[in-house]
Amino acid sequence: MKGMIISVASGKGGTGKTTIATNLAVPLSEKAQLLDCDVEQPNAHLFLNPTFTHSVKVTVPVPHVDEKKCNLCGKCAEICQFKAIVVIGKSVLTFPDMCHSCGGCVEVCPEKAITERGREVGLIERGYADGLDFVHGRLRVGEAMSPPLIKKLRTYQDTSKATIIDAPPGTSCPVIAAMKGTDFVLLVTEPTPFGLYDLKLAAGAVRILGIPCGIIINRSDLGDNRVKEFADEEGIPVLLEIPFDRRIAEIYSRGELIVEVMPEWKERFLGLYESITRIANRD
Amino acid sequence: MKVAVSSTGPDLDSQIDPRFGRCSYFIIINPEDMAFEVYPNENASLGGGAGIQSAQFVASKGAQVVITGNCGPKAMKALEAAGIKVISNQTGTVREAIEQFKEGRLEPASGPGGP
Repeated sequence: MKGMIISVASGKGGTGKTTIATNLAVPLSEKAQLLDCDVEQPNAHLFLNPTFTHSVKVTVPVPHVDEKKCNLCGKCAEICQFKAIVVIGKSVLTFPDMCHSCGGCVEVCPEKAITERGREVGLIERGYADGLDFVHGRLRVGEAMSPPLIKKLRTYQDTSKATIIDAPPGTSCPVIAAMKGTDFVLLVTEPTPFGLYDLKLAAGAVRILGIPCGIIINRSDLGDNRVKEFADEEGIPVLLEIPFDRRIAEIYSRGELIVEVMPEWKERFLGLYESITRIANRD
Repeated sequence: MKVAVSSTGPDLDSQIDPRFGRCSYFIIINPEDMAFEVYPNENASLGGGAGIQSAQFVASKGAQVVITGNCGPKAMKALEAAGIKVISNQTGTVREAIEQFKEGRLEPASGPGGP
């Protein structure tokens, strides 16, 4: 049987994506895999303490111009939508950090003056935490584009297991790279005006991708009732509520997992996984 | 000799635009007779690469000097490749800047400012 791929996303940052992803994955143990796709600030490893056994640098292809062959025709600059290669004066300039690696310039160069070279964007590390397969990416400091690293990270998906993806916050390209093609999206939010506003954006993005989703309300006894009203209006199920409980905050602050310290939560997270499986198989 | 100035408005009494790549107008001036041409900057709203495009634009208009507030590293690299001198950190009106330039009181930038 093909394993479910569940992405954990949120519009707003700091709502508890990593808390949900780690506590959902750990009770499933060797039946699951956790991919921390929040490559700009990966933090799931802090709660899992995996032993990394595999580490690989990730590069993206960028153009390299042989000035001896280049006749400054400018066809490369014409096709580039990102101004990553320009002909100016008597030279052709490349701006590797603006390049989206489409290879267009290489294709159109009539002089075959352009070849591709690797530019390092980050690192992927893999290891195990008590039987749980764990993979995360670390974006190179200063790097602007994370989707290539996230897409590479997604190739580590093990289809024989349930894959839990900890997505970055927001609704832009990195989030789409983390959610696209997953079977279910868990939207983690909090009952505040900011939580609701960003939840609406995230739910809109999920709708465009056409993926079934459910909401988790963290710190659920704070704020107001508007997240629930939104969920009702949109017909999105609220699958779990986590109260604003000092014990939970303390567990988190020590880098521990709720499911390991408070056994009743292990049952709840296993129940959450069952609910997701039921909904995803129905749709 | 042609000098390109990033400008907030379309005439010589407009203030210099502090941004090079995303300025409102480029004014290309011949300092000898103060004859000038005005071009609205079509790169101002580009998602990225505005500095590079603007450098290409002023190069295509034959400018040999750029006077502006701040010129980022990518635009600076492109302007250097085109052999254009950059004078940054300028404020005041376009006319004042050109007068000072004619008097030889403006020094080319030693490197780029913030991106």
